[in-house]
Amino acid sequence: MQGWVLVIVAFAYLGMLFAVASWGDRRAEAGRSIIANPWTYALSLAVYCSTWTFYGSVGRAASNGIGFLPIYLGPTLMAALWWYAMRKIIRISKAYRITSIADFIATRYGKSQILGGLVTVIAVLGVVPYISLQLKAISRSFVILRNYPDVVMPAQAVAPFLNDTGLYIALILAAFTILFGTRHLDATERHEGMVAAIAFESVVKLVAFLAVGAFVTFGVYHGFGDIFRLAEQSERLRPLLTVPASGGSYATWPFLTFLSMLTILVLPRQFQISVVENVDEDHLRRAIWLFPLYMLLINIFVLPLALGGLMLFGPGVDADTFVLTLPMAQQKGALALLAFVGGLSAGTGMVIVETIALSTMVCNDLVMPVLLRWRWLRLNERTDLSRPLRLIRRCAITGILVLGYIHFRAAGESYALVATGLISFAAVAQFAPAMFGSIYWRGGTHSGAIAGLCGGFAVWAYTLLLPSFVKSGWLPGSFLSAGPLGIGLLKPQELFGLSGMDEISHCLFWSMLVNVGLHVGVSLIGRQSADETEQATLFVDVFRRTQELERSAFWRGSAPVADLLPLIGRFLGPDRAREAFLAYARRQGVESLEDLEPDAELVAFAENQLAGAIGGASARVMIASLVQQQPPGIDEVMNILDEASQVRAYSHRLEQKSRELEDASRELRAANEQLKELDRMKDDFVSTVTHELRTPLTSIRAFSEILLEDPEIHLPERKRFLAIIVKETQRLTRLINQVLELAKIESGSAEWHTTEMDVKDVIRESVEAVSQLFRESGIELSMAMNGEAIPLVRADRDRLMQVLINLLSNAVNVCLPNQGRVEIRLGVGAGALRVDIQDNGPGINPADHETVFEKFRQVGDTLTGKLRGTGLGLPISRRIIEHFGGRLWVQSELGQGATFSFTLPLQREGGQRPLQLAR
Amino acid sequence: MRRSGITGQRLAAVFLLGCVLLNYPILSLFARPIVIAGIPLLYAFLFGSWALVIALMALVIERPRD
Repeated sequence: MQGWVLVIVAFAYLGMLFAVASWGDRRAEAGRSIIANPWTYALSLAVYCSTWTFYGSVGRAASNGIGFLPIYLGPTLMAALWWYAMRKIIRISKAYRITSIADFIATRYGKSQILGGLVTVIAVLGVVPYISLQLKAISRSFVILRNYPDVVMPAQAVAPFLNDTGLYIALILAAFTILFGTRHLDATERHEGMVAAIAFESVVKLVAFLAVGAFVTFGVYHGFGDIFRLAEQSERLRPLLTVPASGGSYATWPFLTFLSMLTILVLPRQFQISVVENVDEDHLRRAIWLFPLYMLLINIFVLPLALGGLMLFGPGVDADTFVLTLPMAQQKGALALLAFVGGLSAGTGMVIVETIALSTMVCNDLVMPVLLRWRWLRLNERTDLSRPLRLIRRCAITGILVLGYIHFRAAGESYALVATGLISFAAVAQFAPAMFGSIYWRGGTHSGAIAGLCGGFAVWAYTLLLPSFVKSGWLPGSFLSAGPLGIGLLKPQELFGLSGMDEISHCLFWSMLVNVGLHVGVSLIGRQSADETEQATLFVDVFRRTQELERSAFWRGSAPVADLLPLIGRFLGPDRAREAFLAYARRQGVESLEDLEPDAELVAFAENQLAGAIGGASARVMIASLVQQQPPGIDEVMNILDEASQVRAYSHRLEQKSRELEDASRELRAANEQLKELDRMKDDFVSTVTHELRTPLTSIRAFSEILLEDPEIHLPERKRFLAIIVKETQRLTRLINQVLELAKIESGSAEWHTTEMDVKDVIRESVEAVSQLFRESGIELSMAMNGEAIPLVRADRDRLMQVLINLLSNAVNVCLPNQGRVEIRLGVGAGALRVDIQDNGPGINPADHETVFEKFRQVGDTLTGKLRGTGLGLPISRRIIEHFGGRLWVQSELGQGATFSFTLPLQREGGQRPLQLAR
Repeated sequence: MRRSGITGQRLAAVFLLGCVLLNYPILSLFARPIVIAGIPLLYAFLFGSWALVIALMALVIERPRD
């Protein structure tokens, strides 16, 4: 067959692929996505089946019999668990906008850039051989088919650089991947067109493989029975039909199953397709059985092809090429071409998705974090980063494919397809502990994840990668047979003497042991940072936190009142719940609860009611359980209740405490103020008293000294001086008496002789006592007391007189001699007697109405220069009146005279009126 | 999870069934030179149980939601 025919076919196929992709993109833009259905999703998942499956399965079956199956049984079994694991991963990735597996693991462990970079490096190192395997398979199929109709294995020697089909394939694939993957940048890293193309490719490779298989089974042979019967007769082939008794196949089997179970979740391309490109979580449902079915179908003819090939060809033909060479040997050119296209589709699909996934990781988790740190690039100041991003992606894609090509040139023919694939699998499987830990274990730490990944990867490199170097001839054979430096215990494939396992199982055992051990151990020893704890909760509890995502699905459901009412009643109380529902029913225009439509609106109403009591999130969970007809477990209800009520109780208590605390501190502050005020008053008092004492003392002393020193002084003069001395001494006595009295009253130790009395009498007596004073000053005193009887009051007669005399002498003091007029009025008010003493003196400024009752305050002193009181009369009078339960105050305007008034409470009928204490 | 708890449990049961059927030692019971309709017993059993597991998963998932 001419080479150009193959090239045209290949390009026609790639062109078709591209057409499908752009169609998919256009449909997506128009809002009618073709990949938004479960079938496309399941088919695109089949990107798992690369050329490794298409060509390699037959090769492995030709040497191991049924040994090729675990690689497909593992994903089948895992698919059953997708319901838990994959759904959770998808939910997390959608909720937190995860774009790759490196992003996923890095985000979970505190958004760590180191971890993201580490995962990326491991992924690239692990997957590059796998990509090179695709290049190798495609280029070999090209070379083989070019020799059609002859079946000739390509020369083992590596072709000259420029004649190497592998190089051109790598470059074409790079260009193609760039076209697919980086045409536009999307925040979610989704590529609708690419997914459509991948689904299309899955159909192509399945059809091609089934066509070849059916042709060989039914065209060359006479059905399955025929092939198996013939194989049974061959001594060489019989062992392939059963499990080899020796060689540890039963031991290998579970390890390979386990390995493929892990990789179906953590392979970068599977993560890209199943998680990142997922349109709707619900698509996973059908994929759970559709994807295993696909794998079953593509494997049905593997064993017949392997047996048929082995029987038809001698040992000269590589079993990895049977899918292609069998039709060729039968001169079926078109079928061989179909097989070639099938292989091409398997290879391109894998390469495209894998390099896109890897380039996303390289760009987002390796290059960008570094670039953003280089300040001179000023990347963080640029508003549009899409151009540099796209450039980085394109470079990454090209770089990865070039790496794959270099590996392809370097590794040459040393390894079969399946072996390379498994080495890649084992590398990628190192992500599994961190991955599962991240969604199910809250305690995993950043350091634990790094330690586990590094340890597992190191063991993988030592037990699988280095031995593969030996097989490629880069390391001496003694490294394997005798161990490094001749230390037998460290033989890479029999580590610590563990033998009897094949290399993959051996590597998987040790690497997983180290990986899981370090992950758990380091996590438990260390501590989580706040960031990690937060992310851990976000990941592990993702279903609790993203209930609203499911909301649209919920409220299509409905629930009858009979179910909702008891539920709400449990939280609100039956009566309140019933009232609320009745009110709702009235708004809906129905009479009774039984007539209510069990519709979505009712459910929403119930949820709102519940949300008020236990919070929105809990309410949704409760209602959701009911709407789905699944009663929630009593534990769940109790948990929700407990949490909600505990939190409420806590916050309530907290509020109360803080209120109490505020009150207490306010009281304390007030008490403190009062204390300070009292202290200040005491100081003032003491200093005022000493001052007041000094004034009379000074004058007494001065006159006494004059009398002492000057015996010649005239008698009248002498008399005048002595009179002053006597007067000052009296004043001094009065002052001291008053201070003592005030102190007594204030401390409550004064003696009171309370009797019933007629206030008229007391007033008369007081007036008599001061009448001399009035006469001397020429001040007129009038009394306005009507003759009728006045009710008796209880008071201390002497003290009351003291008050009256004090007020009257004050009045005399302020009035101008010979012009003054003072009037005393007595009246009966509401429950009290009232006495007014009015003068026509200069009056008191309203601002000073209270000041005059303070100790040692003599208002108006400067005005008249006449006040010579002690400054204690009014304070004492006020204390006395207050002691009797009355009130003493002043009314005055400047220039209008002043009226001092006091009240005395009348005795209540039939009872002793308790006396109010002043202090 | 909650609303579909039973589906998840059924799938987990299918998973366990698959683990047992498609593994040693059950597998060794069928590694005998017996042929069913021209197909070796082991081969038939493997593909049969594989298909059974898939069928069970489809049944669990696709049954109408009640």
